[in-house]
Amino acid sequence: MKLSRILAGAVAGTALGAAVLFTPTTGAQAQNTLRVVMHSDLKILDPIWTTAYIVRNHGYMIYDTLFSMDEKLDVKPQMVDKYEVSGDRLTYTFTLRDGLKFHDGNPVTTDDVIASLKRWGAKDSMGQKLLSFVKDFEKVDDKTFKLVLKEPYGLVLQSLGKPSSNVPFIMPKRVAETDPNTQISDFIGSGPFVFAKDEWRPGNKTVYTKFADYKPRSEPSSGLAGGKVVKVDRVEWLSMPDHQTAVNALIAGEIDFIEAPPHDLVPVLKAEKSVELVTWNPLGNQYTMRLNHLHKPFDNPKVRQAVTVALNQEDFLKAVVGDPDYYKVCKAMFICGTPLESTAGMDGLLESKFDVARKMLQEAGYDGTPIVLMHSTDLQVLTNLAPVAKSLMERAGFKVDMQSMDWQTLVARRAKKDPPTAGGWHAFLTSWVSADILNPVMAGFMNSACDKAMFGWPCDEQMEKIRDDFSRESDPAKQKALAEAAQKRAMEVVTHIHLGQWYLAGAARKGVVAGIPTAPAPVFWNVSKTGK
Amino acid sequence: MLTFVARRLLATIPVLAIVAIFVFLMLRLTPGDPAAVIAGDYANSQQIAEIRAKLGLDEPLVTQFFIWAGRGLQGDFGESFFFKRTVAELILQRVEPTLALAVCTIVLAVLIAVPLGVIAAHRHGGWIDRIVMGFSVLGFSVPVFVVGYLLIYVFAIQLSWVPVQGYRSPVDGLGDFFQRIILPSCTLAVIYIALIARITRASVIEVLGEDYIRTARAKGLTERTVLMRHALRNAAVPIVTVIGIGIALLIGGVVVTESVYNIPGLGRLTVDAVLARDYPVIQAVILMFSFVYVLINLVIDLAYSFFDPRIRY
Repeated sequence: MKLSRILAGAVAGTALGAAVLFTPTTGAQAQNTLRVVMHSDLKILDPIWTTAYIVRNHGYMIYDTLFSMDEKLDVKPQMVDKYEVSGDRLTYTFTLRDGLKFHDGNPVTTDDVIASLKRWGAKDSMGQKLLSFVKDFEKVDDKTFKLVLKEPYGLVLQSLGKPSSNVPFIMPKRVAETDPNTQISDFIGSGPFVFAKDEWRPGNKTVYTKFADYKPRSEPSSGLAGGKVVKVDRVEWLSMPDHQTAVNALIAGEIDFIEAPPHDLVPVLKAEKSVELVTWNPLGNQYTMRLNHLHKPFDNPKVRQAVTVALNQEDFLKAVVGDPDYYKVCKAMFICGTPLESTAGMDGLLESKFDVARKMLQEAGYDGTPIVLMHSTDLQVLTNLAPVAKSLMERAGFKVDMQSMDWQTLVARRAKKDPPTAGGWHAFLTSWVSADILNPVMAGFMNSACDKAMFGWPCDEQMEKIRDDFSRESDPAKQKALAEAAQKRAMEVVTHIHLGQWYLAGAARKGVVAGIPTAPAPVFWNVSKTGK
Repeated sequence: MLTFVARRLLATIPVLAIVAIFVFLMLRLTPGDPAAVIAGDYANSQQIAEIRAKLGLDEPLVTQFFIWAGRGLQGDFGESFFFKRTVAELILQRVEPTLALAVCTIVLAVLIAVPLGVIAAHRHGGWIDRIVMGFSVLGFSVPVFVVGYLLIYVFAIQLSWVPVQGYRSPVDGLGDFFQRIILPSCTLAVIYIALIARITRASVIEVLGEDYIRTARAKGLTERTVLMRHALRNAAVPIVTVIGIGIALLIGGVVVTESVYNIPGLGRLTVDAVLARDYPVIQAVILMFSFVYVLINLVIDLAYSFFDPRIRY
């Protein structure tokens, strides 16, 4: 009994001490510090070296671009003050705005711009295409340069205003001269925020401070274009791998914004009065199935076409997203709600006509070879896709061997050209950010240049010709006709199968955070924070 | 004693060598390619191949191993594929939170579990014993993340006594440190309290049946002295063993708790590195964990002779 009393005393003493020590918390934080949780941790700092979206987002914080895309998907000057195109469409003359400065105080000059475009053009697919048309970059003076083409190219401004990975960010010349296959180690930009290198803790947090000398454009902000006015002193990206923890922290007021809470937590957030959901990227994303054209039976276009007849978009969207507020059945390859939206070539496809698909397989002589379908299990937005595909394909008469693995294993395996029985693959499902697939040149899966194409390696001269014609064309009506031709051809060749659009809302503290821009990438200029 | 310590320390060398070879081979034979991860989702095969060459991953396995082992012997475990920082720097950044969490958890667990175990043994078969044993079963059975979310819901969200997540170094203020470490420590401590309380109870019950305890009571010693000085000390060897194993398991096993409470410790570093196939980081962290295991086992062995003077090395 005595011992119990001693113990009880000790417990009571500890509790009292704890009560004194732990004063109530109210999520205390600096008023002008915006604390956000991004979709992943920032590990790499070179937005040209990798196409990872988190690195692109980092790029938007600290770098600026010559052109940017606005909310209507029009390309608008950003660092550029004015530009002229010669009558023969071979020379573009660009003049930079006054007052552009790097974070180290040096002015931004055309030397920096030219070096940056060359490094970007060595890595990015649209940049490579642009540079293949470029005869020369000519420096006129520190603020003006000319881009001289070998022949007219219709996508010069679209390339320079490309909104997603890799974005042509402008870096100081000394940084941009780094070998494109080596990571940069100097993180000076001229964007609205400064990267606080000393405070960077990979796996914990990344800090940006306001760049006091940044001169925003005078136009109102629209998408990624217009005036980038910084309204907070500091932005902290906090790494939180556990989504539930991030949601709890938002509700408790410890963070201000979550870029991409998963769909299954949306009902919790909707019910929370202190939180509002913000659809910052109205273009959303597109689910896609990629087939490997190298191996039987998908070396036969008829068999590939049978897959497009067997599948339907809604089953995938329901299985993964669930809430119809966050998905859209859309047969347009180049995204619904954009200038190139079209249903050309889509009649009778993606409607799960199993009888038709079965007949097509018989006609194609499909011999029951099992389809090795790679199933990614660790990314919530992808996990349920492969089981749906397996079910629909089996109902159409395919034999499917679904193999489960983590995403990184899938990423490594999809690069292998080996036969599916020797460590290769037949099919997998993934998702594209819509801003990356707005036209046939941009969309990586449309590339049908055989060995030079992305994994899956479609090989089709006609498609490559359409893409080339599109890249030379600058008339919007003709571009639209070419995009429709590309879509029709894509469905004949089955470069890939688009499985519907889906959206992820961000979650912000209601009444505290305001002004989150509507754009293809999450950016934090024009965002203000009131209260704690 | 010194010879024993020296012999045990020397024995760590072959252990670490075997671990190094095993980890190296296991990682290289596991599917996945760090170059593909680095290049991003939309890179083509050529870009991936260029990065692979840059990282030296296109070299034969044997060459890669000897380069890594050679540098490792000089204390250089290389640079992370992703972070452009040395592995040593990354580990150093992450050691403190994990160590702080482990120490707080073990202190909390020992302070609660040992007295509970002793009381349960003393009241063997009574209601206190049943409550303690019931708690132990619960502690073993409830997953860590459930305890974590439950504590967060009650103490952080409903009562707002402590923050939901995060870590502050004790150097930046003890108040902030304890505010953030208390919930994760309690979460992790549950299972260790269950484990240590059960072992303590079993050991003390066994000792309480010994002749010398009857003698101590016959001498007229108070029950507290009998329990604390005679019973507990003689029951200490298995308790110390389980505490030691607990510390070793904690160092490497705090992944879930670190994720739930967003603590940037070694557990999360390891998981992130494994998911991204960041070979230099995984190799160094596992080697370090192995070394810590060996060291803790040595300390446990040395502690035996303190609690039981009959044990001599």
